[in-house]
Amino acid sequence: MNGTVEPILTVEHLTMRFGGLVAVDDLSFSARPGDITALIGPNGAGKTTVFNCITGFYKPTVGMIRLAHPDGKTFLLERLLDFRISQRARGSRTFQNIRLFQGMTVLENLMVARHNPLMLASGFTLFGMLGLRTFTNAERAAIDMAKYWLDKIGITSRADDPAGDLPYGAQRRLEVARAMCTEPVLLCLDEPAAGLNARESAELNELLLFIRAEHATSILLIEHDMSVVMEISDHIVVLDYGVKIADGAPAAIRDDPRVIAAYLGVDDEEIADVEAEVGT
Amino acid sequence: MSRAAHPGKRPLDILAALKSAVLAALVAFGLFSLLIGLRTDQGPTGALVLTERFGELGAFVAVAFVGVFLRELLLRDKRIDIVRFVPPVVTAAARRIIPFVGPALLVFALVVPVMFFHNRYLLDLSIQILTYVMLGWGLNIVVGLAGLLDLGYVAFYAVGAYSYALLAQNFGLGFWICLPLAGILAAFWGVLLGFPVLRLRGDYLAIVTLAFGEIIRLVLTNWQSFTGGPNGISGIARPSFFGLPFTDGEGGFAATFGLEFTPTHRVVFLYYLILALALVTNIVTVRLRRLPIGRAWEALREDEIACRTLGINTTNTKLTAFAIGAMFGGFAGSFFATRQGFISPESFVFGESALVLAIVVLGGMGSQIGVAVAAAVMLGGFEFFREFQQYRMLVFGFAMVGIMIWRPRGLVATRMPSVFLKERKIVAAEFVAEGRG
Repeated sequence: MNGTVEPILTVEHLTMRFGGLVAVDDLSFSARPGDITALIGPNGAGKTTVFNCITGFYKPTVGMIRLAHPDGKTFLLERLLDFRISQRARGSRTFQNIRLFQGMTVLENLMVARHNPLMLASGFTLFGMLGLRTFTNAERAAIDMAKYWLDKIGITSRADDPAGDLPYGAQRRLEVARAMCTEPVLLCLDEPAAGLNARESAELNELLLFIRAEHATSILLIEHDMSVVMEISDHIVVLDYGVKIADGAPAAIRDDPRVIAAYLGVDDEEIADVEAEVGT
Repeated sequence: MSRAAHPGKRPLDILAALKSAVLAALVAFGLFSLLIGLRTDQGPTGALVLTERFGELGAFVAVAFVGVFLRELLLRDKRIDIVRFVPPVVTAAARRIIPFVGPALLVFALVVPVMFFHNRYLLDLSIQILTYVMLGWGLNIVVGLAGLLDLGYVAFYAVGAYSYALLAQNFGLGFWICLPLAGILAAFWGVLLGFPVLRLRGDYLAIVTLAFGEIIRLVLTNWQSFTGGPNGISGIARPSFFGLPFTDGEGGFAATFGLEFTPTHRVVFLYYLILALALVTNIVTVRLRRLPIGRAWEALREDEIACRTLGINTTNTKLTAFAIGAMFGGFAGSFFATRQGFISPESFVFGESALVLAIVVLGGMGSQIGVAVAAAVMLGGFEFFREFQQYRMLVFGFAMVGIMIWRPRGLVATRMPSVFLKERKIVAAEFVAEGRG
């Protein structure tokens, strides 16, 4: 563990209450740049709530979320509106239930992700209406970027089909590609492998490893599929009932008795043993 | 044809059919007993007297009974599928000529005044249809592309009309100066409406826009000193041919060009004016769709939350949709004012909003050609069914229901992609979202 690298994402004392329900309780963790950080935990542990706080869909009750760009700029995400997080802080996300623009073609989906640069190049529509070169060039560049990602996720041949017509696995990959088209510094994936078969899951792993290797994008992911988590993540944070119960490398997490207890459950008699062992 | 001959089909079940028919007859009786069975008339003393019309009531119930009985017996659970009645040859031919429909309609629209120069009635009807085509295209931006249900579109039509009328009367400004001003003012009101409704969706959005339309109309009715109240504004400047008035005698349009004076010249000019305005609306919309803003509107219709995660400012996107839609409504309004020469709040009732929305829905949300055809069908239908007199709206209503059964998502329900890699493939209707506001 290299402690000198400044973390890309720092979550400090994050607490989210919905009325009397404490969904996330005083959670602190950090993600290092270039890593794939996984956030795991049983159902209802508060993982998606953490995601919604990071991506601005919820305003945390207490806490600070800091995103640091490699060039040194930092953003306090809890103070930004959701769309500003993508636009300025360059944090992008995908959803547990896929949210593609079903009625638009695959290519159009990726073009929508280039909205802000294209908007700027089109002079907020004015130059675009006049058909100026600045806009046509920017549009061509956006199409090239879309082509690059289509090639990477292997659906170039279906670029002109509606996104809703793609098989499920391809829709998942397209959503990741669409998020990547915003050129994010941090990519948050909410259960990217949910509902995928073994082959599709392997393709997704490959895509995520490719992103880590070739792009300056750090990944934060929520996942239930342990084969995905253990295989690709560099760092795992485990949540249970909104509280962090473990934080470390995959090998350490795998053997952590508290994690095993949270996932598999323990008999009442055993709780004392487990607690004695983990020291609470 | 004997149904028993086909295995898998149930034999005629008269008892079940009878049961459904009796049920339908009971419902019909319940519905119509007060509606049809009893009528209040004014008696000789001026007091209301109750007239019993049990004969008519019986007829209605009998029609329901027999109709349901026959349907159950003959059609069973099969849906009434009108598409079935269209032979495949016709469908295939239709598919081939579809790309030529747009240009053909445009050419036809260009020659209408030449073909029907002496048919004043038809020219007036065409102008009216084109006005609604333009309104339909304007509303299409808001409803069809951005997926925001707007029931108060007529408000912007009213703002445009009153802007022109008041600017022309109070400051003596000409049509060509007032036109952009009316558009800007309407767009301004579009943004004003946009702000409070940004957080609303679906039904709630519809109600607030409906209220907005009514507020504008009520302000126009009650602000006597400014708008003339219910009396409206009369004597609005008629359009001139770039400075040449359409009048008889020296300096008029006819005299300058050495033509014989006829009032039709003005009508033809108005026709080409609204045609040009409508085409501008169309061209701008088609271009906007291919720009990031248009793509953002459609993305907004498909999934607003996904838009926000991609860094799209949904607030601005919605406001621009409202503003640009409203602007075209404003242009159409100022054309309406100059054509009529008289406007009053009566022209801007909710029914107009509903009509324009019906045109957009019937045409197929987001489709330019569909909206144009729907406007012609709707307004042409109004005129065509005039001979049915008091049953006109009834016949028209049935026709609408028929069309919506045949094409539940409008005449042109498919979507043309704004950008493509290899070939432009039409997106089938079932993928396209209708927008939830």
